[in-house]
Amino acid sequence: MNEKPEKLIDKKGIRLDGRKADELRPVKLEVGVLANADGSAYIEHGKNKILAGVFGPREMHPKHLSLPDRMVIRCRYHMAPFSVQERKSPAPSRREVELSKVIRESLEPSVFLELYPRTGIDVFIEVLQADGGTRCASITAASLAIADAGIPMRDLVVACAAGKIDDTVVLDLFDAEDKLGAADVPLAIMPNLNAVTLLQMDGILTPEEFETAVNMATEGCKKIYALQKEALKTKYMITKEEAEEE
Amino acid sequence: MKVMPTFFEKKQLVTPGELLAEGDYTAGENTYLEEKKVYAARVGLADVDNKKVNVVALRAFYIPKMGDIVIGTITEVGFNGWSVDIKAPYTALLRASDVLSRPFKPQNDELSQVLNAGDLIVAKIASYDRAHDPQLTVGEPGLGKITRGQLMRVTPTKIPRVIGRKGSMISMIKQETSCQIILGLNGVILVTGKTPEDEELAMTAIRKIEEESHTSGLTDRITQLLKEEKTKREENKVE
Repeated sequence: MNEKPEKLIDKKGIRLDGRKADELRPVKLEVGVLANADGSAYIEHGKNKILAGVFGPREMHPKHLSLPDRMVIRCRYHMAPFSVQERKSPAPSRREVELSKVIRESLEPSVFLELYPRTGIDVFIEVLQADGGTRCASITAASLAIADAGIPMRDLVVACAAGKIDDTVVLDLFDAEDKLGAADVPLAIMPNLNAVTLLQMDGILTPEEFETAVNMATEGCKKIYALQKEALKTKYMITKEEAEEE
Repeated sequence: MKVMPTFFEKKQLVTPGELLAEGDYTAGENTYLEEKKVYAARVGLADVDNKKVNVVALRAFYIPKMGDIVIGTITEVGFNGWSVDIKAPYTALLRASDVLSRPFKPQNDELSQVLNAGDLIVAKIASYDRAHDPQLTVGEPGLGKITRGQLMRVTPTKIPRVIGRKGSMISMIKQETSCQIILGLNGVILVTGKTPEDEELAMTAIRKIEEESHTSGLTDRITQLLKEEKTKREENKVE
């Protein structure tokens, strides 16, 4: 992967990792993986491996950060030193600070913050292995973790990116496509409410391409949403089945 | 009259954001209404009762309510009262005058000798609203410092299941294990029995209820479990 390949997508429309233009990477979701957190989730999105843990709602410390009329969400997106090819310093980088804010803001509209004033929840996101599109995978996992913590929500938040490689608009870029491609459009939505909570664009797209990308990402989100719902239900179905077997 | 649709079967497992009903319905517990549509707000089991859509949450946290009995830990001894951790997003306050049942004089009374950090209490929520932390009271029979027994925690939403219909479950456990059980609505349970084994038995039963709270025919299975465990113990004693 050190040399730049001539083409990111061949004449037949097959990408470097063998996917078609509108194909997602395989996604695996699991809920309730951490015993000490109030809610947790784990996502494998292609080669991305990300853990999300949620604590709270609890009293804010330091107290002056709490708000008199609503709950506060604090979010920490962090990449493990071993998550990328070249060791990453464990200190939060400029990029991680920004992503923490972006993820927090994409989760905030989904939670009923006004129900629990003067409290706060902490969302910790740990990227164990990164391969492009970690912000989207992080949002998907973090939203599941919040639901697992039993915090009332308007909807789950699910995210997926689309982008442009060579001259084609494609779904769900992985690392090489992200770095060598022409544009990247991460999108987070609340699928039942038909609302967008995050929309970014890195690169240049024509208005038509942008629209195709957003539509493609929306479709991708809906596919992941189905998995998200299933993961959440599975956790409780297991105990139900066990009980019925007896 | 046109029949308005609901989009779930009775006791179906639903996730936040799932559309539950449309039209002439109101939002009950753990649901919300938007543009005449009712959505779920928590993971739980959906049910409709008289046009009111409810979700029985499988995972939630405790929010104080006036009149609730809770079990808490003293975290701090203050100038005229104590801070109490009641496993809620808010720290509760217990005033010294409430415990001493007479006017409190700082020069005469040493608060840490009455209740110290780490002590456990059974208390009632005296007041609580959005703007103020909950206040506790122990001025009623059955409330006050806990001196013996074992504590366990369950998800607060499962307390009603431990109580059972009209208290059937809890009275059955009490009878079978001859333990005293105090249920804190904040999800903390105090089990006091004659022997640690009795307590252990009651706790096993409660833990099973928590795990299988969303299944039917639970009371019968718990009764059976307790009977089995008891015979097992009898056998061990004989050996």
